[in-house]
Amino acid sequence: MKRIHCLIALVILVVSTSAASAIDVAPAGAAACSGCHPMSRWAGTPFTRLVGRNAAEIVTAVQEFRSGKREGTVMDRIAKGFNDDEIKAIAAWYAAQKE
Amino acid sequence: MKRQPRSHDVNRRDFLKRTAASAAAVTLAAPAIAQNAGGRVVVVGGGFAGATCARTLKRLDPRTSVTLIEASQTFTACPFSNNVIAGLRDLKQQQFDYKKLDADKIVVTFVPAMRVDADARAVILNNGAKLPYDRLVLAPGIDIQWNGLPGYNEAAADRMPHAWKAGDQTLLLRKQLESMNDGGLVVISAPANPFRCPPGPYERASLIAHYLKTRKPKSKLIILDAKDAFSKQGLFLAAWKELYPDLIEWVPLSKGGRVTEVDPKTNTLTTEFGSHRAAVANVIPPQRAARIAETAGVADKTGWCPIDPVTFESKLQQNIHVIGDACIAGGMPKSAFAANSQAKGCAAAIAKLLAGEKPDEPRLINTCYSLVAPDYGISVAGVYEPRGGVLADVKGAGGVSPANAPRSARELEANFANGWFKAITEEVFG
Repeated sequence: MKRIHCLIALVILVVSTSAASAIDVAPAGAAACSGCHPMSRWAGTPFTRLVGRNAAEIVTAVQEFRSGKREGTVMDRIAKGFNDDEIKAIAAWYAAQKE
Repeated sequence: MKRQPRSHDVNRRDFLKRTAASAAAVTLAAPAIAQNAGGRVVVVGGGFAGATCARTLKRLDPRTSVTLIEASQTFTACPFSNNVIAGLRDLKQQQFDYKKLDADKIVVTFVPAMRVDADARAVILNNGAKLPYDRLVLAPGIDIQWNGLPGYNEAAADRMPHAWKAGDQTLLLRKQLESMNDGGLVVISAPANPFRCPPGPYERASLIAHYLKTRKPKSKLIILDAKDAFSKQGLFLAAWKELYPDLIEWVPLSKGGRVTEVDPKTNTLTTEFGSHRAAVANVIPPQRAARIAETAGVADKTGWCPIDPVTFESKLQQNIHVIGDACIAGGMPKSAFAANSQAKGCAAAIAKLLAGEKPDEPRLINTCYSLVAPDYGISVAGVYEPRGGVLADVKGAGGVSPANAPRSARELEANFANGWFKAITEEVFG
């Protein structure tokens, strides 16, 4: 019986780790950006693509929109909804996305 | 509400029995469980909310079986449909198909959904087919409340188009404007809150005014409004004064703007203060969540669907999530951008729930552009978080375009409005 329990534990471990690793949920706010900033290179829009871009560049841009140092149209208003840690997490996630 | 056994619960029990019998079974059966772990999700409605949710779910966990139920093989987008009405755009530019969703291995079924059996966890289609689900996403959009305005019904809409669902109604309103004589009176009736696309009636008034100014300059446009305030009001009123002086008249609720009855035979709109006989009448009637929401028991007495702000799960029925225009999203307006943003948050929550994990708190964004003229854009933006049981505005963020911006900023926003439409439709359908 003990052996069966061990087996069950092993199976559950395998199943749960495989499930967790399969779901790459973007950090809070990141998914919403692609309403304008296209994930696809084919959208043909004036908005900067964030996919694969340098994380530090994204962080600087959003922080400057937030402080007013960089002039924005809507990004100045949207950037104010995120703190530094949130901006860094979003930037890191986009930087890590593959083409 | 009785919880039905889920198929993968059963599979798991069977599997454990088999595992106990033989250690070799572990390697054989493990992939079968893993394959089933994604669960079955049915999405009803293939608009900005539903199509986004289906695709995001599949991307987050390819093991999830995702079925999209949609009545029409062609989707006709509402954003930018005011440009079609004003003769600035072809309806074809608003239309998209679901071929890319097929390619994503989403099962797209073009049969209307008839009802939801929440206890049995199944969607019943018009052809009698019964689709079981572990999680159901309702993204059905709006229905016109046909009993919401005396005199207005489906037959009246052939004479006095609402054009609030893009398609034939959009073209009908355009045709009426094209055949109107110069000097005619256009009347738009705007409903009380809440309704789809809060700045929509005012963008429509603007672009129709642009058409009249350039093609039929002796004409007039009156907006009869059931409200005293509306989205981006200051920006619209200032732009109208600048671009369309003496052409647009806005009559708010407090000045007798609420339409109490319409008569399609004479094209007359009646308010508490009098009546207006229109050459072209655009009646934007009261709305509610589309009918399927009611059959599922997820709409409350307001006609809309209360939801949990983290998971978008209905507050009235377990395992049913509601996104887009049909849901009560707190501070978020009923817009395509909001629907797309909610859909991605909902998909992430469902993927986590199906994997037995705790969903993360979402941070959502909305941006709504409106065109006052083809080269004059204004916007409202907001950031939202779950707070106090609803999706609340993040304080200090969001707001409307600046009041005294130079004309170059308005041109830039008009350009961005076009860019936004390309970006979002590429994400949802491309």
